[in-house]
Amino acid sequence: MEKEQYQQLEQNVTPKPPYFKNVAKAFLVGGLICTIGQAVSLFYMIFFDFTEATVGNPTVATLIFFAMILTGFGLYKKIGQFAGAGSAVPVTGFGNAVVSAAIEYRSEGLVLGVGGNIFKLAGSVVLFGVVSAFFIALIKFILVTIGVVSW
Amino acid sequence: MFMTFVIAFFVGGIICTIGQLLMDFGKLTPGHTLSTLVVAGAILSGMGLYEPLINFAGAGATVPITSFGNSLTQGAIVEAEKHGLVGVLTGMFEVTSSGISSAVVFGFIGALIFKPKGNVD
Amino acid sequence: MVIVFQSKPSLIAGGVVAGPLEKRSIFSQYFDATFDDERWQMKTNEQGHRKMVEEACEFAMKKAGMKSADIDYFMGGDLINQMTPTNFAARDLDIPFIGLFSACATSISSLIVASLLTEVGASKLALAGASSQHNAVERQFRYPIDYGSQKPQTAQWTVTAAGYALVGKHHEEYPSIEAATVGKSVDYGMDDPFHMGAAMAPAAFQTIQSHLEQRNQKIYHYDLILTGDLGQLGLKLLKGMFLESGIKSEELQPLRDAGAEFYGQDETFQSGASGAGCSAAVFFSYVIQQMRAGTYKRVLLVATGALLSPLTFQQGETIPCTAHAIEITME
Repeated sequence: MEKEQYQQLEQNVTPKPPYFKNVAKAFLVGGLICTIGQAVSLFYMIFFDFTEATVGNPTVATLIFFAMILTGFGLYKKIGQFAGAGSAVPVTGFGNAVVSAAIEYRSEGLVLGVGGNIFKLAGSVVLFGVVSAFFIALIKFILVTIGVVSW
Repeated sequence: MFMTFVIAFFVGGIICTIGQLLMDFGKLTPGHTLSTLVVAGAILSGMGLYEPLINFAGAGATVPITSFGNSLTQGAIVEAEKHGLVGVLTGMFEVTSSGISSAVVFGFIGALIFKPKGNVD
Repeated sequence: MVIVFQSKPSLIAGGVVAGPLEKRSIFSQYFDATFDDERWQMKTNEQGHRKMVEEACEFAMKKAGMKSADIDYFMGGDLINQMTPTNFAARDLDIPFIGLFSACATSISSLIVASLLTEVGASKLALAGASSQHNAVERQFRYPIDYGSQKPQTAQWTVTAAGYALVGKHHEEYPSIEAATVGKSVDYGMDDPFHMGAAMAPAAFQTIQSHLEQRNQKIYHYDLILTGDLGQLGLKLLKGMFLESGIKSEELQPLRDAGAEFYGQDETFQSGASGAGCSAAVFFSYVIQQMRAGTYKRVLLVATGALLSPLTFQQGETIPCTAHAIEITME
């Protein structure tokens, strides 16, 4: 059988992802995690003296703590299989990526294993976040300097 | 009060939906998808659109990974306003320290106390 | 070119050991042992992997009443970088060792080499097989196992199992090896590491077709043609290729896949099982035992393997695959 013929056969036989179901699950779980985040934020604003502007930090840290627990007990991957982007996109997904890599590479020791691999999955987020922030701020700085926009 | 939760749920859900479509239709890996979303957050931030979104949706905008891009960009812009070009570099990590530091710390602690298990359900 | 074994070396014994999840396999009753700890009480997954290989070999040797000192050659491989679990097991078994890598097709490539050594009279007894350990393979090829990624329906589950066969001179009590076909590295442009079945099916098709042609046989000459780990979708594609070539679907009845059947109908495992240990575990337990019981008289075992690495995927390459076949008969 020729290559093109086979690729056609493969297209016909391979099931497409259940788009609607996946989107619905991602929407529900992602929304739920954000709602939990909202509750955590309120908790910090009421019981500690955080304001709307500063509550982001403890909220994110708390959610990542939850992610560590769920990851360590093997529960996050089950949520992930169900929710897809619903669990990967919230900051808990970032926490899961870092924690799962750290746990996995413990067998090579803390320095070379954990230290050398902890950002294996999440590194691209850090890289692109920093790089895009740099260029966008730079562009804005240039635009302000030549008088097109204001801060 | 109840509305804040509903809006947080909705906006967070939408952002995750975009991620799911990138993965299913765009056939992007999780790494590519999240990198794209972080850059999108940075761009919206530069255009002055992300902070209003946070005012509107609260955790619905601060919890998704797009907020990383926003925090980094806002930090850089605020510092650039104060200190010029140098501020672009120095400002970036002042604001996101929470997300990355907590992930690193909890990752380390997790590595000490947990062992990976290949269970499926 | 097909290899025909005039002396018909025999499969004297098979040793198969599997992990905790594999208790759920429909073939588990044929395994020699399934362990509760996927690490075999060792500190790391890779060390557990090595222990598993040793245990499988011990079972095979014990069944034949033999010890390490009686074995002339140990050959096998696994999916881990540089095949270290198998290398380290060879150290502990203390037998002259040939490491072989054909990804998930290693069970049959090592069996072919063992049979050749027996055929030329260089070996009286040789151990041949392969193994895989789920955690170790996943973190090398895909993601850390606690990472919450969403696997598609086309994905397969790498089994934790080791299967080794003891190959010796012909004996009519045991299944005997009549012929073998060595596969090529075949690339039909598939590039998704979460859809290996599609990548491997063309290789299986080419090898089976070549073997049948060279041996002047048809599918119906066999009671069973068992591929290693195409999975449900890969098997569908393989059958599709045969239908396209003019074979009728009723004639395809002997064609089965170990990976597709391994975990039964359980959807948690998506398209089925895979891994070097999948074909090895099923071939060297279920098939050997069924042949000795008289269920199958002529069997074609076709192990399939995807010859990629995590690096090649990142570099945007497609996935070349191979399939090796061995023809076994029982008088």
